Amino acid sequence: MPGDEERATTDDAAPKTGNSATIAAAFADGPAYVPYLAVGDPDYESSLAYVEALDRGGADVIELGLPFSEPIAEGPTIQGAVVRALEGGMTPDRFFAFVEELDVDAPLVCMTYYNLIYQWGDSDGPRSFVERAAEVGLQGLVVPDLPAEEADPLREACDEFGLDLVFIVAPTTEGERLERIMEQVSGYVYVQARLGTTGAKSDVSDRTTESLDRLRGYDVPKAVGFGISTGEHAERIVAGGADGIIVGSALVDIVADGVENDRPTAAVAERLEALSRELKAGAERGFAARTADAAPGDAR
Amino acid sequence: MTETSTTETTTRPGRERGREDGKFGRYGGQYVPEALMPAIEELTDAYRRYVLGNEDGFMDEFRERLADFGGRPTPLQRAGRLSERYGREVYLKREDLLHGGAHKLNNALGQVLLAKYMGKERIIAETGAGQHGTATAMAAAHLDMPCTIYMGERDINRQRPNVFRMKLNGSDVKPVTAGRGTLKEAISETMRDWAATVEDTHYVIGSVVGPHPFPVMVRDFQAVISEEAREQAIGKAGDLPTDVIACAGGGSNTMGSFAAFVDDGSVALHAVEAGGSTLEVDEAAGVAPNSASLYAGEEGVLHGARTKLLQDSHGQIMESHSISSGLDYAGVGPELAYLVDEGRVTPVAVDDDAALEGFHRLSRTEGIIPALETAHAFGFLEEHADELGDRVVVTVSGRGDKDLESVIEETDKRDIAGAPDMSMFTGGI
Ligand SMILES: Cc1ncc(COP(=O)(O)O)c(C=O)c1O
Repeated sequence: MPGDEERATTDDAAPKTGNSATIAAAFADGPAYVPYLAVGDPDYESSLAYVEALDRGGADVIELGLPFSEPIAEGPTIQGAVVRALEGGMTPDRFFAFVEELDVDAPLVCMTYYNLIYQWGDSDGPRSFVERAAEVGLQGLVVPDLPAEEADPLREACDEFGLDLVFIVAPTTEGERLERIMEQVSGYVYVQARLGTTGAKSDVSDRTTESLDRLRGYDVPKAVGFGISTGEHAERIVAGGADGIIVGSALVDIVADGVENDRPTAAVAERLEALSRELKAGAERGFAARTADAAPGDAR
Repeated sequence: MTETSTTETTTRPGRERGREDGKFGRYGGQYVPEALMPAIEELTDAYRRYVLGNEDGFMDEFRERLADFGGRPTPLQRAGRLSERYGREVYLKREDLLHGGAHKLNNALGQVLLAKYMGKERIIAETGAGQHGTATAMAAAHLDMPCTIYMGERDINRQRPNVFRMKLNGSDVKPVTAGRGTLKEAISETMRDWAATVEDTHYVIGSVVGPHPFPVMVRDFQAVISEEAREQAIGKAGDLPTDVIACAGGGSNTMGSFAAFVDDGSVALHAVEAGGSTLEVDEAAGVAPNSASLYAGEEGVLHGARTKLLQDSHGQIMESHSISSGLDYAGVGPELAYLVDEGRVTPVAVDDDAALEGFHRLSRTEGIIPALETAHAFGFLEEHADELGDRVVVTVSGRGDKDLESVIEETDKRDIAGAPDMSMFTGGI
């Protein structure tokens, strides 16, 4: 699995930037493209091919969704993916097997809801899930229904096993709340671009800039997600100061289209790879524009 | 006017539980997306100031509106024929006589008024049986707030009269098609709406479920049921009841009926859940043909709280079932889960058949047509009367007008002693 050697050097990582050196490295040189897919959508084998296509398309970190029956933070697109994956027989055990089988370079982050983490294995609490996640080579977790207030047990388990714990910061997060989250976060902070649930949008929210401004002083990579669907969005968001972009629904739309139109797995994988390249190129253009702007800015 | 009851309740420790931090032993908490947390903090602050502190006379206005608009207090009625049948005094706490036809208005009016005090501009709510949706729609019309109600598609079909009522009161009813189209999906969908509109919208949750402060706040609004019943019982029977029986879906009727009695160790508290068709669970299909989360559930995290849930071995939430939409939910309030673990509340499951028989029995012997949810409590009384003390209070949480179509259909499928022949109506009324 990727990152095994790096995890050995975990102790060297600054506490603020997290446990896993591989995720920090993914953000170190240039903007990070962070795609999301629900694992097992629409079945185990196709899903393997799809995630590998994201990796070929230039993913710097991959968020793997472990489907939960009540995905309250998801809009209709990802809800659809979750339903297909559960109907396809995805379970936490199969999810871990999937991660072990996956052949990709990008570090992997599991995105799921707290009940699945809490219930897994014999331990009372999240510890055995995190232990197993570390064993199969996952580098981090994002848990959309776990605010900082309830996160201590999971944070401890992640520290014990060298995983990053990514938190979401919403447009409504400010002041003390923001500080509390920034004390707990590691790896990267997931900047939610707009209020509401996940879903591809045709525009970029103004509130992203405000959120990035609030986060400016914190020494953690900032990845923006919720609504990004094109290379142009990616460009604008990175030009506006993001260290990375997170894209889910726009990719899931391609998988859903494949299911609806009965397209061959290879054709769907190709489209996922192509959109990935577009998004990554957009992020890089945005980064180039930002660094070009910043250079003369020093003398201003 | 309100001073005496406020000080009286605050000296009783049971009423303090969870108010500070939303924890009930291992249950409770705030497991919600970050986008909602600032609103939940704002609500917690408003709950402390207005509900607990009566700031700006909030509680005075609430009580006055509950009396004038809602029709409180509701009677505690001695049920003569049931008393005779079971050989003990049976009293009915008549929440079916509250405006709207169920206990739900106590909470809905409290929360819509609170939203108004908080300066919110819009109300959203979920509903299962449509009773909470109806109560919220009424309160929203009464207090001039725009209102959107999410309701599972299956429940819309089961509870059509309530859909009409919500629309008549000017609310927008949005069908939810996910999953089995029942209460669980409606709550998830309302939370999604809230995540997008949280800055100007208040989510009026319909039971003692969800993240803190909802479980304590809804309990405090519903506690008026047992505050009245306790005084009425002492007045009528000269003593506290020996038993209080209430049906439990999310648990607002139960917590409301129990709250004032929790510190009275001599009063046995029975929470009656929907046993559905059976307590057996189909793991492979992810279906629990019941809604008995207190009786058969396991600890987990759903819709913002840690509580007892119907879930499979992986932690996926099961589809629940009950003949009554209002009990058809895979979770239950965290305080009830705690009181069950502590041995203070006894959970019991009553199946669809016994509930339907209870429905017909109460209709024929007492002239009260109960909601199918409520009918479960009378199923319990029939099956367990011998084990009860001699002064029993049963909360009639709602009236059954909304259920007539389901009852006709379900009665026609069964052979129920004493039920009228309704076959001529089975095509619809
Ligand atoms: C009449 C009636 N009783 C009971 C319930 C169950 O809800 P809760 O357990 O929150 O009281 C409902 C829910 O809709 C209801 O309409």
